[in-house]
Amino acid sequence: MSRVLHKFTRNVPGWRPRVTPVKLDEATPEQLTALQVTPSNTKVSDYVLTLAHDVESLAVRSPLFNAIMYDPGGMSRAERELGALAASMVNRCIYCAAVHADRHAQLEKDTTVTDELFAKGENADLTARDRAIFDFARKSAEAPPAAGPADMDALRNAGLSDAEILDLILSAALFGWANRLMHVLGDPVRKETGA
Amino acid sequence: MTLFDTTILNTSGLTPDSRLAAATSSRANIFNMSQAAEQAVLRPEDCGAFGHDLRAALAARVAYHAGEHALADHYATAAGDKVALADPGAYDSGLGHVLTFVDKTANQTRDVAAEDISGLQAAGVSDADVVRLCELVAFLAYQVRVIAGLRLMQGTAG
Repeated sequence: MSRVLHKFTRNVPGWRPRVTPVKLDEATPEQLTALQVTPSNTKVSDYVLTLAHDVESLAVRSPLFNAIMYDPGGMSRAERELGALAASMVNRCIYCAAVHADRHAQLEKDTTVTDELFAKGENADLTARDRAIFDFARKSAEAPPAAGPADMDALRNAGLSDAEILDLILSAALFGWANRLMHVLGDPVRKETGA
Repeated sequence: MTLFDTTILNTSGLTPDSRLAAATSSRANIFNMSQAAEQAVLRPEDCGAFGHDLRAALAARVAYHAGEHALADHYATAAGDKVALADPGAYDSGLGHVLTFVDKTANQTRDVAAEDISGLQAAGVSDADVVRLCELVAFLAYQVRVIAGLRLMQGTAG
């Protein structure tokens, strides 16, 4: 048995699709090609097999995702993860929040920031720089987007360059996309270990 | 299409002379891939149940809801006889389940639940079309936020 999670956690859960994923042995040549450009080549997840239903979108989204999150230069990887996490918390994508809180903690070799965020949400005790980054990404993720000139000023006052701010806009916006797939098309689940 | 003709840069008012031209040019691959994503999501070869005109109307609807009127106009011009659905208040009895799902996924994302997907399935929407619809709404969520952010960066928001 497995149960659906409703609370934020850094312990990455499983993901159970709400639609039937594409079966790998029934995939078209186009689907097989798109499945190979995902970050994990060794095992194709149910999530990616679900997205393979729209193979044209999957084929362009995977390299775009990797470029926004991992291309060198601009904002640090950990700070891009903070942008991703802020959006995932607004949209309550438990799975995305777990993955990107965990990556943030690993990159920083420190769980303090993500512990604070999961315990206190937008009232977390953060450095001025993390505060500016988190608030901008959080407000950008609202619908309609609610970040304003004061939030942009806060980023500049915290010392962010144009290149860093651009990467933050992109990483937070990317999770507006990812959350609407992961949170909408499936449930975050944890296997019951039994008594 | 040049970098500054991509929908995101063009709609956010960026030009090769802009102060932000250098920063955006350093991420040219991302803006070009974002344009390829627009093509894949709005004008795919395999449309499933949602033709290009209906996709354009739904995209315009999401953009209007998000307050991105220039982007909404960009899509509304491609909506053909579906253009009435671009109005966020418009309803169509034959497409009610699709419009309800699009509006909720775009604007109350955190509240989407298993019942919203099973409702689409019960209305006869195939699993592949559920995924196509999610990709459309999800891409628009990305595109409107990048445009809004770039306009803020330039100090031209609002």
